[in-house]
Amino acid sequence: MKIKRRDFLKGLAGSAVLAMAPPAIAASSEKNRLPDALGILYDSTLCVGCQACMVACKKANNMPMEYSGSQRLWENPVDLSSKTLNVIKEYENGAAKIKDREIDGYAFIKRQCMHCVDPACVSACPATAMTKDPKTGIVSYNKDACIGCRYCAVACPFDIPKFEWDNPFPKIVKCQLCNHLVAKGQIAACASECPTGASIFGPVKDLLIEAERRQTMIPGKYYEFPVAEVSSTTKQVHKVKQYIPYLYGKNDGGGTQTFMMAAVPFNKLGLPTLPDRSYASMAENIQHTLYKGMILPIVVFGGLIFLVKRSEKNKKE
Amino acid sequence: MKDLNFTDPVNEKLKGVSRRDFMKFCGIMAVSMGLPLGAGTQIAQAITNAKRRPPVIWLHGQECTGCTESLLRTSHPSIEHLILDLISLDYHETLNVGAGHQAEAALKKSVEDNAGKFILVVEGSVPVKDGGRYCMIAGRPFGDIVKEVAAKAAAVIAIGSCASWGGWQSSDPNPTGATGIPEFLSGTTVVSIPGCPPNGYNFMSTVAYFLTLKKLPELDALGRPKFAYGRLIHENCERRPHFDAGRFAEQFGDEGHRLGYCLYKLGCKGPMTRNNCSALHYCDVGAWPVNTGRPCFGCSEEGIGFTIPLFTEADIENVTPSSVHPPIQTTRGGGISKGAAALLGGIGGAAIGAGAVAAKRLGDKDKGDNS
Amino acid sequence: MKTEQPLEGKILTPTFLICGLIFLISLIFMGKRFIYGLGAVTNMNDGYPWGLWIAFDVVIGTALGCGGYAMALLVYVFNKGEYHSLVRPALMTSLFGYTLAGVAVVLDVGRYWQLYNIFLPWHMNASSVLLEVALCVGAYVAVLWIEFSPTVLTKFGTDNAKAFMNKIMFVFIALGILLPTMHQSSLGTVMVIAGSKLSPLWWTRLLPVLFLISCIFLGYAIVVVESSLTGSRYPIHDESKLLGKISGIMAWLIAIYLVIRFADLGMRGHLDLAFKGDLLGNMFLLENLLLVVPMAVLFVPANRKNPRVMFLCAVSIVLAATVYRFNTYIIGFDPGNGWHYFPSAGEIFISLGIVSLEIMAFLYFIKRLPIYRRS
Repeated sequence: MKIKRRDFLKGLAGSAVLAMAPPAIAASSEKNRLPDALGILYDSTLCVGCQACMVACKKANNMPMEYSGSQRLWENPVDLSSKTLNVIKEYENGAAKIKDREIDGYAFIKRQCMHCVDPACVSACPATAMTKDPKTGIVSYNKDACIGCRYCAVACPFDIPKFEWDNPFPKIVKCQLCNHLVAKGQIAACASECPTGASIFGPVKDLLIEAERRQTMIPGKYYEFPVAEVSSTTKQVHKVKQYIPYLYGKNDGGGTQTFMMAAVPFNKLGLPTLPDRSYASMAENIQHTLYKGMILPIVVFGGLIFLVKRSEKNKKE
Repeated sequence: MKDLNFTDPVNEKLKGVSRRDFMKFCGIMAVSMGLPLGAGTQIAQAITNAKRRPPVIWLHGQECTGCTESLLRTSHPSIEHLILDLISLDYHETLNVGAGHQAEAALKKSVEDNAGKFILVVEGSVPVKDGGRYCMIAGRPFGDIVKEVAAKAAAVIAIGSCASWGGWQSSDPNPTGATGIPEFLSGTTVVSIPGCPPNGYNFMSTVAYFLTLKKLPELDALGRPKFAYGRLIHENCERRPHFDAGRFAEQFGDEGHRLGYCLYKLGCKGPMTRNNCSALHYCDVGAWPVNTGRPCFGCSEEGIGFTIPLFTEADIENVTPSSVHPPIQTTRGGGISKGAAALLGGIGGAAIGAGAVAAKRLGDKDKGDNS
Repeated sequence: MKTEQPLEGKILTPTFLICGLIFLISLIFMGKRFIYGLGAVTNMNDGYPWGLWIAFDVVIGTALGCGGYAMALLVYVFNKGEYHSLVRPALMTSLFGYTLAGVAVVLDVGRYWQLYNIFLPWHMNASSVLLEVALCVGAYVAVLWIEFSPTVLTKFGTDNAKAFMNKIMFVFIALGILLPTMHQSSLGTVMVIAGSKLSPLWWTRLLPVLFLISCIFLGYAIVVVESSLTGSRYPIHDESKLLGKISGIMAWLIAIYLVIRFADLGMRGHLDLAFKGDLLGNMFLLENLLLVVPMAVLFVPANRKNPRVMFLCAVSIVLAATVYRFNTYIIGFDPGNGWHYFPSAGEIFISLGIVSLEIMAFLYFIKRLPIYRRS
């Protein structure tokens, strides 16, 4: 072999420095909560599974019906899809007799966009079709920018962005927290139609306070719960269940603006177990370390030009 | 009998309706019209303050008189109360005391005297084929009479499906050219109270509304009062929870049928028929087809009743989620089709074959080089 | 010194015709995809938004096209002019691999008529790894054609054009090394954001490092496979000496790769997953076994003189890198909620059609353009 060990290692170091750098530099690119962010607090123990939120969501967003099976009797999506932005799913175990119990019980869970503090879809989208509102933090989609690559769907830890597979001119579809209603001073349809206060809409900072209040409630006693909006004066009195002492979305995946409370463990309800640091920030860290201002690539490019020139000279000699 | 005073003697006899009964009636009217309860008082005032009871002329065309029969079975108010205290029923072929020329004269007089003030109610469709010869009254085609009377009416109400859109006579092949009044009198506002028969209270409420507020109730695109025809039967059906849960009677008399399950699979047209039968039952005993175990056949809806076969399953409008929730996990995708498997097998085989051949050649070449 | 010459011969060979037929059939499926949407042809779904086309045609396709990059690295960065004879064929495979990956992207993206958005500065998202990949790959395809242009100009061009191209070629050669370094590592970074959806056997922040190293030894393996295959069929100059040296480099690169791979897995504490005996564990073992064996074989100097052994080792390495990419993009990817994916026949056919087109172009080019040195 004519390649000297030294040469080889030198060259390798040069070409691999790009890729080796990221883990070494762990500068944080984590995002913080926006002060005026809006969101939803979903309390599984208050949800009765009436699916009024699903009906309201379809109406408010003008979404098509989704059927399964040959008979078109019910609107029965099995999951979120390009036709369904909001779905109530049911956890069942054994005899499924008692609500909000893990063993032999059942519980409901609402799935919708979590409106992450550091959304993977926004980070991933090459064409800036996914954007996070700088004020409300609502993550919305712009079909005129989208190229349909579906990287947002790959990236989202909650599997929220959905694609119109059967449309030759497809788009991505996702919950945008009824931002057309929010713009008019209204609230998300799912929360406004929820009869029990299982979904309440409001500023994230108020929702966090409300969630904390619920965590300190004594199970079995009766408490007041706001309906529709966190600041609502309409209250309902419910008997408090034994909450899992964990607010899903407070820190999960870097934090979200949709929060979940439940009496059944969240992984049983189909919510992913995520680290407190968003994967988006990890990927961005690598990306920004390497390509910030394109300095590193330009330096490497300069080096390469030198090397190529040298090699061409050698060839001529 | 020149002076046709048709109502007075009977009126005297019925003066005994108690105030309490009367107020009860007005309250019920208000409720069935979707007005606040307090509006009952307003209705009572409108009715009692009227200097003269509003004259009503009721014409019968191609029909079975079922609408009238249904109306006769109302009890609050009773039909007597309606026609004697509330309105002045000047002409009604079934209820007329007089007959023949006498009756025709009453019609003529009332139309002339009350021009622009009376309410015209039409029951039955108008045959338009062959010069209208299929329905002649006093020697004249029914259509001519309708046109003539309607021209002077303050309001026109088409009662029953026949009058509203042609009813059963208009079913294919429609030999008489049966036509509903709104279409026959196109250009005139006609309030339709379809149904076969319609609930009498829907008719009475419409009349009471007109008397009280001096205007017609809010109508939908087909001229039906929204308070009665604004929603699907399916939406208020007492068997709706069975539908949502997927519990159906599969055939007449089976276990599901006896348990009172949803009749959808027996051809119930409730999901596509707009009417208030499921909320306001008939005949004051809470009867209506579905609670007797008979699927709705969409009698009041054009294009459904007398048109779609009885046992054909309805299309669902305003689809909503069933009461069965999807599970947390659903297995989807990933089925390996035979074609895909065969294709992959073929590719794999071809690749291995090509690789083997190439390797062999290389080996041979190697040997050749060495030798 | 011998120079490159066309290999001549008939174009319409049985291989060429079969490839042509497959390509024509795939055109039907492509038509269906554009008329009825992606769902009509593919099995991709909301759980697996990326299927065979991205994993195979784009990620693996461009990785297989790394021969040009790997050889350029050797010739220009490590200053080994002796390998120059292998550059042109390698460059040509890269050209096809990358160009057709571009075609596959147009087929795969839903809103292809807006694809140009990624080239508009006001639409660009600097945080997006995929944007970096897209721009880099796009630029590299252009660079590849320019790098390849002397070959075409030799046949058709004027002397002036050739001289001009030769003068500025060094810029494109440098770019031709920079760009793959950037996007081949980024193809690994792409899956970092998938996070919890990717099995810990493959998810690591070192994905870019692993993808970069593996694409280089894969590039060399492709050069070996291709030269062997062409050499077994056509009378080209015997390059087995050079191939032997390349095989040695491969063995070293694989060794470095495996050290990083296992050290990383061990440090993250997921080594046990490899031996669970489930599909993921077995795929992991397969992927690495396909590397360990040829590495061990190629470390023995005698084996680096045997064309058949080198060929088989190179095939194993190509398979290993392919399986690694499949694992990272599809097999190790689990979105949860019961989603599954297996490519449909139509999907496979379109991929096959693209490969067929590549083979047809390859056969045409080596026969009509000066690519190989004839013996």
